[in-house]
Amino acid sequence: MTLVAPPRGDNAMSAQNSPRTTLPSKSTSPDAGSPREPRRRLALLRATDVYAVLGAAAASLSITALLFTRLLPFSGGLGFTLVAYGLFLGLYALLVSFDEDGPAVRDRVAAVLAQSLGLLMLAALAFVVVYTLWEGRKALPHLNFYTQDMASAGPLDPLAAGGILHAITGTLEQIGIALVVTVPTGLLCAVFLNEVPGRFARFVRTIVEAMTALPSIVAGLFIYATAILTLGLDRSGLAAALALSVMMLPIIIRAADVVIRLVPGPLREAAYALGTSRWRTVWHVVLPTARSGLTTSVILGTARGIGETSPVLLTAGFTAVTNTDPLSGPQVSLPLATFEFIKSPEPTMIARGFGTAAVLMALVLLLFVAARVIGGRGPGRLTRRQEHRRVLASRRDAARFAARFAARAEEQLDSGSRASAPTRSAS
Amino acid sequence: MNVSHVTTRTHDRPPAAAAAEDVPRRLHADPGLPDRVFRAVARGGGGFVLAVMLLVGGFLLYRAWQALSKAGFSFLTTEAWEPDAGNFGIAAVLTGTVLIALVAICFAVPLAIGTALYICEYSPPRLRQTLISLVDLMAAVPSVVYGLWGLFFLQGHVLGTARWIARYFGWFPLFKVDGADPSDPLATATVYTSSTFVAGIVVALMVAPIACSVMREVFSQAPVGEREGAYALGATRWGMIRSVVLPFGKGGMIGGTMLGLGRALGETIGVYLIISPVFAVQPHILQNGSSSVSSLIALRYGEASEFGMSALMAAGLALFLMTLVVNFAASSIVARSRSGAASDS
Repeated sequence: MTLVAPPRGDNAMSAQNSPRTTLPSKSTSPDAGSPREPRRRLALLRATDVYAVLGAAAASLSITALLFTRLLPFSGGLGFTLVAYGLFLGLYALLVSFDEDGPAVRDRVAAVLAQSLGLLMLAALAFVVVYTLWEGRKALPHLNFYTQDMASAGPLDPLAAGGILHAITGTLEQIGIALVVTVPTGLLCAVFLNEVPGRFARFVRTIVEAMTALPSIVAGLFIYATAILTLGLDRSGLAAALALSVMMLPIIIRAADVVIRLVPGPLREAAYALGTSRWRTVWHVVLPTARSGLTTSVILGTARGIGETSPVLLTAGFTAVTNTDPLSGPQVSLPLATFEFIKSPEPTMIARGFGTAAVLMALVLLLFVAARVIGGRGPGRLTRRQEHRRVLASRRDAARFAARFAARAEEQLDSGSRASAPTRSAS
Repeated sequence: MNVSHVTTRTHDRPPAAAAAEDVPRRLHADPGLPDRVFRAVARGGGGFVLAVMLLVGGFLLYRAWQALSKAGFSFLTTEAWEPDAGNFGIAAVLTGTVLIALVAICFAVPLAIGTALYICEYSPPRLRQTLISLVDLMAAVPSVVYGLWGLFFLQGHVLGTARWIARYFGWFPLFKVDGADPSDPLATATVYTSSTFVAGIVVALMVAPIACSVMREVFSQAPVGEREGAYALGATRWGMIRSVVLPFGKGGMIGGTMLGLGRALGETIGVYLIISPVFAVQPHILQNGSSSVSSLIALRYGEASEFGMSALMAAGLALFLMTLVVNFAASSIVARSRSGAASDS
C-alpha cells in the first residue's frame, strides 16, 4: 500500500503543476523519496499469516474437544478430525478477514484447501505402504519365508514353517516372459506411431489409448478364452504371462510413445540431412536419445504388471508347490498368493498374506526407485559416465583421423608429390 | 502440395524452349530396400498390436454368443445369476459396478483436483518432481495391497461414519439401511460392513492418482502469458487459478475424471475382497452386500460349466464395452480441450 501511493501522488502533482512534467518530477522524486522509503521485505510469509494459522488451529481443536467431550453426543476419531477441520477453515477465514479484504480471504482459504487435499493424498499413500510393511513384520523376519514353499506347511503351522518361494519364482518367470513379449512389440509399435505417421498410425494410437484402461480381468478372460479354451493350453505360467502382456502392452506403448515424441526434431532432421536412411536414424539417433525415458516406461509398465492379480487369477491356477516350469502345471505369483492367503481365516495365514504383500510392495518400490534413478533425465541429457564415454570416443576418432591423414601424407610423399606441408599442419 | 505446384509453374514460364521436355518431377523419393523393410516391419508391429486389441473384443463376443443368443434381451434386465438354470442377467451387477464407481469418483475427484492444484501451483518447485513420482507410485501400488488395507483397516474405522450418515440422512433413498435400528446403541454394526461405500473408498484411492496425473498435466500447460496477465491485473493466486488455470484445464478435469471412472468400473480385486456379493439390485450404498461385474467373474469362473463360462464372457464383454465407451469419450474430451492447442503458441 504505502509503496504504491507516493509515485502516484507525485505524478498527479506534477501533472497539475506544469506541462513540463518529466524533468521536475524526475529531479525531485529521488531526493524526496529515497531517504524515507523503507527497504522492501521480499519474503512471502508474514508473521500475521503464521499467527492466523496457529490461532485457528488452536481454537478449532479446543472447540472440537469441548463439543465432543461436553456438549454433543459425538465420538470417534474420524468425526473429530472432520469437525475440527471444518472449524479450522471457518476460523482461519475469520482471522484473515480482520486484516484482508474478500479476495485475499478466498485466496488463503483456497490455498489451505488445496494444500490439505494434497497432503491427504500423500498421507493416504504413505499410510497404505507403511501399514502393509508394518503388518508384514510378523512374517518377514523368518528366513524360511523366502526359502521355502507352502508344500509342506498347512494353515495351522506357525510362521517358522513354509514360505513364498513358489510365488517369488512364479512372479519372476511370468514377468520375465511378459517382458520378452511386450518390450520388442511395444517399442516397435511406439516407433511405428512416431516414425511412420499417417491415418493408420493415428487409428492405432486411438485404439491403444482406449486400451490403457482395459479392465485387467478382461485381459485374463481374453487369454482364458483363446489360449486355454481354444488352443487347449493348460492353466500355466505361460498363460498368465500372456494375460499380463495383453495388459501391459498398451501401458508401455503409451509411455514410450510420449517419450519418443519428445526427441528433438532437429536431431532427426540433422540425421536425414546427412543422408541417413530412416531405420538408421531410428536405430542410431532416436532410440539412443530416448533411452532413459524408454527404460523408465518399461519399468513403470513392469511395476503395473507385477502387481496385477485378476488376469493371473483366471489363467495361472493355484498351487502351493514350487513350479519352475512355466509351460505346464499351475504356477502362483506374489499378488495371487497374497489373495489366497488372506482368504483364510487363520491368523498365521493372514500374517503370511501381509508378508507376501510387503514383499510385493518392496519390489514395486524398488522398481520405482530404479525408474527414478534411470529416468530422471530428459531425452539427450547424459550422465557423467556417458559423457566421459563420449569424450573418449571422440578422442579415439580424432586419433583415427590423425592417423589417416598421416598415412595419406606418407603415400603422397612416396609418390613424389609436394603436398606434405598442409597435411602435416592439419595433423 | 498447392505451394509446390505454383512454384513449378512460375519456373516453367520464362525458359520457353526448355519447357517442352520438362516433365513434372516426382517428389516421392525412393527410400531404398532397407527403409521399405523397416516401414513394413513397423507397420507390422502396429498392425499386430491393433489385431490383439481388436481380438480381445472379437473373441469375447465369439465366446459369449452362446449365452447371449439364449438369454436375448433379458440378459440386460435379469438380476439373478444362475446360468445353468437359464436365469441370468447383469442388471444387478451392472448397477453395483456403476454405484461403486460413482462413490469412488465422488471421493477421488476432489482429492485429485486438490492434489493436482497443489503440485502445480502451491508446492515448492524443488519438491515438484518428487511429488509427481510419488503420485505415479500411488497409481502402481498393487490393487491387492489396497484391498488388504480396505479389508483389515478401513472397514473397521469407517463404520461409525456410515452409521452416522445412515441415521441422519437415511431419509435419502441412497443412504437408507434396511434392518438397522438407529435408536439402539447396542445394535450390531455388521449391516454396515462389506458395503458399496467401503468398496468405493478403496477404489477411490486407486483411481485418484490416475485422474490427478491427467489433471496435473493439463494444469501445468496453462499458458504463462495468461497467468502473468492475471497477476498483472491484480489477481490473487486463487483468482488467477479460477480465471486461467481452471477454465483452461476444464477438458483435462472432465477427461481425467472419466479415465478414473473407466478404471473404477474395471477394478476387480480390491472390490472382490471387500464386498459380500448379492445378486439383486442394491441401491443402498451403506448397506452390507453389493456386486460388480468383475468380482462376479472372479467369484464364479472356477465353478462355471461351459455354458456358465459363456455367460461370464458375456458379462466381461458388457464390462469391456462400457469401459471402452467411457475411455473413448475421455480421450476425445482431453484431446479436444484447449490444452492440445497450447503447443502452437
